[in-house]
Amino acid sequence: MSYQSSIWPLAAVLISLLGALPILASDRRPNLRESWTILIAFGKVVIVASMLPTVLNGGGFVFTIAEVIPNVPIQLRVDAMGMFFALVASILWLFTSLYSIGYMRALDEHDQTRYFASFAVAISATLGVAFSANLLTLYLFYEMLSLSTYPLVTHHQDAEARTSGRKYLTYILGTSIGFALPAMLITYQLAGTLDFTQGGILAASGADASTLALILVLFIFGFAKAGIMPFHGWLPAAMVAPTPVSSFLHGVAVVKVGVFSILRVIFHIFGPDLLLQVHLGTVITTLASATILIASLVALTQDNLKRRLAYSTIGQLSYMVLGAGMLTAVGMTGGLLHIAMHAFGKITLFFCAGAIYVAAGKKYISQMDGLGKRMPITYLAFFFGSLSIIGMPPFGGFISKWNLATGAIESGQLILLLVLLVSSLLNALYFFPIVYRGFFMPAAEGEPDGIKEAPLFCLIPLSITALCSLGLFFWPGLFLRLARMAVGL
Amino acid sequence: MTTSNLHMYVLAAPLLTALFVNMLGRVSRSYVAPLVLGALGFSTLASLGVLSRVLDQGSYSYTVGNWAPPMGIELIIDPLSALMLVLISSVALLASFSALPMVAKEQAGKEHLFFTLYLILIAGLMGLVMTGDAFNLYVLLEITSITTYGLIAMGKGRAPLASFNYIIMGSIGACFYLLGVGYLYILTGSLNMADIAQILPQLGGDAAMATALCFILVGLWIKMALFPLHGWLPNAYSLAPTGAGLLVAPLMTKVTIYLMVRVMFSIFGADYLFVQNPLVQSGMVWLATAAIICASCLALAQRNLKRMLTYIIIAEVGYMVGGVWLANSTGLSGAILHIVNDALMTLCLFLAAAAIAYRVGSLDFDNLQGLYKRMPITMAAFTVGAFSMIGIPPTAGFFSKWYLILGGIEAGHWEYVVALLFSSLINAILFFRIIAIAYFRKEGDHARLQREEAPLIMQGPLILTAATLIVIGLGSGPLVRGIIKLALPVGF
Repeated sequence: MSYQSSIWPLAAVLISLLGALPILASDRRPNLRESWTILIAFGKVVIVASMLPTVLNGGGFVFTIAEVIPNVPIQLRVDAMGMFFALVASILWLFTSLYSIGYMRALDEHDQTRYFASFAVAISATLGVAFSANLLTLYLFYEMLSLSTYPLVTHHQDAEARTSGRKYLTYILGTSIGFALPAMLITYQLAGTLDFTQGGILAASGADASTLALILVLFIFGFAKAGIMPFHGWLPAAMVAPTPVSSFLHGVAVVKVGVFSILRVIFHIFGPDLLLQVHLGTVITTLASATILIASLVALTQDNLKRRLAYSTIGQLSYMVLGAGMLTAVGMTGGLLHIAMHAFGKITLFFCAGAIYVAAGKKYISQMDGLGKRMPITYLAFFFGSLSIIGMPPFGGFISKWNLATGAIESGQLILLLVLLVSSLLNALYFFPIVYRGFFMPAAEGEPDGIKEAPLFCLIPLSITALCSLGLFFWPGLFLRLARMAVGL
Repeated sequence: MTTSNLHMYVLAAPLLTALFVNMLGRVSRSYVAPLVLGALGFSTLASLGVLSRVLDQGSYSYTVGNWAPPMGIELIIDPLSALMLVLISSVALLASFSALPMVAKEQAGKEHLFFTLYLILIAGLMGLVMTGDAFNLYVLLEITSITTYGLIAMGKGRAPLASFNYIIMGSIGACFYLLGVGYLYILTGSLNMADIAQILPQLGGDAAMATALCFILVGLWIKMALFPLHGWLPNAYSLAPTGAGLLVAPLMTKVTIYLMVRVMFSIFGADYLFVQNPLVQSGMVWLATAAIICASCLALAQRNLKRMLTYIIIAEVGYMVGGVWLANSTGLSGAILHIVNDALMTLCLFLAAAAIAYRVGSLDFDNLQGLYKRMPITMAAFTVGAFSMIGIPPTAGFFSKWYLILGGIEAGHWEYVVALLFSSLINAILFFRIIAIAYFRKEGDHARLQREEAPLIMQGPLILTAATLIVIGLGSGPLVRGIIKLALPVGF
């Protein structure tokens, strides 16, 4: 693969980082401020999309920011895997920006300028992770994302936000400094480079299996944004944030940055061949399987809708890690593809949760009886999203789960197939009651009648993402092709 | 040749200006600021000239008053001392912008006295990094110490007591150092470092030489506040006048670590220290490990921003001492890079603390609530400094920590690696505790907080320092390759 030097990767990252400045400057003029947000979001999608044809043709772009450590520059590089993630993140950010405007204004939230500015920095960091050419650059943007989301998680600035913010940082920063940083340093010491290379960089280092196992486990737990148990506790806690934050950051950007980092390490630092050779795939699949099953069971017990979604996310994230851990091309494709499919599904679900909160002021599932009749569009979208997550045809989630199941069979680990099936069943068990209560249970006494949906700024984005989940079943081509290119098929 | 004694102008400018500040400052306070800033501005420019000349044409030595060494005093201008000159003069310049209004506020009427000591201290520090003479080093060390005692004693409340405590400890340290130099003189009959270094190997490492090394190192450790010899530092630095803390906190410990590097490699040599005495070498790394862990834990117990920062300084001393004693080039590069980075990030945090003190008064944690709303720019710069202390890329602190940890891995000193990571985590807790306090408001306080920033003259250097932390971080590749690699002793 040949990379051409270009300023575009930098532009894609910087547009929202620099965009935070005009957002901050138009503090007193909300309409202008939101225009900036939308303009930047559009610009970002356009820049990312403009690089797509080259990547599909097997090319790529590279930009070196600074030479900081011998053999390890701070460098951006656009390859198929990065493009895959950047595309998902930038498209969904556009919808989230629209949704945020509706949500924040409907609730008349305070400090909206800080909110939109932090959001812009967070998406910059997300694209930075997607386009990182080596582990050091990835670590830089990973930390930038952790820090820029702190004001978003603690947005309400009350006692609960304070506790959750502390928990969030303890988990995310503690693991990245305590585990990922030493793992990165040992890798550098062994391999002399941190560059993401097809086939991995550790194979040539001659490290023994126990060292490799140590590094692998440090990386998996170090990128705690992926929510592998036991380092998942921050995600339910982070649900105190405003819902657009939960939907985009804790449904898509932050958590998938964690998964993406782990996938990068598995694909391009270790390389599947090395992991097969030293039989470390089972370490990954065991951790992921345990997380999938436990998280799905815990999700069943949650009455707070956003917390149920959070545990569902923890389970689904491990699907992606599980796919990578199968170490077969199909399984790895499935894992990568699930990043996109889950993103569209889960963001729809969170958007719906926010819309329910804005329109009806409800947070708990037990209070949502009969709400489907008042908010039919929202509930239909919720139904679509949950079907996609469960993996039913004709929704996008089916495609990725199909690949994951095929990968499990191909790798000869039928137990993983069983995990996938049981988990899908559990997914259905924790999603369907919500829809059932909404449509078929009678509303409580004293609840108003008549249709009352959330504002259009909320309703339109969630309808579009729900339809996208449907559409991705019929037209998965683009994402499928990028995912296949990324795993070298 | 005019450029060959440029380094003398760097030193002479603050020294001579100290005299004028004292005399003219008595006439009118308005002379003080232009004199101080002018002298330090000149020094900064000249030191940049010295650095570029050294990088261009290589190191050189200079004999003061044309007395030939080993009798006369020799100054060594190599990449490392030139880098230190730039560091000292620029940090001093930035600090004085902020120190001027603080002194006018806290020590009103004594500006001329304060800045006389302040400038002599700077001249002393500059002399220290250049000197190639072991006894001259003692004299300059005492000049810097005595001026620091005076500066600290000008503080309010218990400051004179803290200063007295420091005088006792500092004098003991100076005695140790002097005794060590005495032993060396008895052994070699010389006080010139290069000369001693030539004679020592011929003597074979006998007990007298080991005693000399031991005395010299212990003396310097007291002066640099290496745990467990740190007892004097927290009180002295936190009770000192804000203006004095701005200069002393970033520079004193760092310059003393530079002196340790100098004495170790220019007098005793890596072979004697590391190859012949491996137990001492690894023992020192363990001591540094203990220093890092204990000082970090002590920092956790503090309820005042400035006191917390003083314990972080002590932990950072452990970082650098450990890096030097790792006995490999990665660790030593890390330690030297960390001298630069730590000076700058300590400066950044102390400048921010000064700006907060200027507006809020007390630096107790409880008084910092809602500061992000009141002083957003100051707090933004503080946050950058905090990130650098924690070691979050792309701030400078991350990269020196990178080299230090890598050096630890290379040397197989895992205890030191763990200590560095542990200290990073503690720093994260320390600073995010403050960030959380400043970010949230007082319970039940719903009034819209007014913005009240520190004056521009304090904000300017603060923003500049915070920006420098990021620039140095991104530029650490060329910095290490272009300057620090040249500064490593032969054989590394």
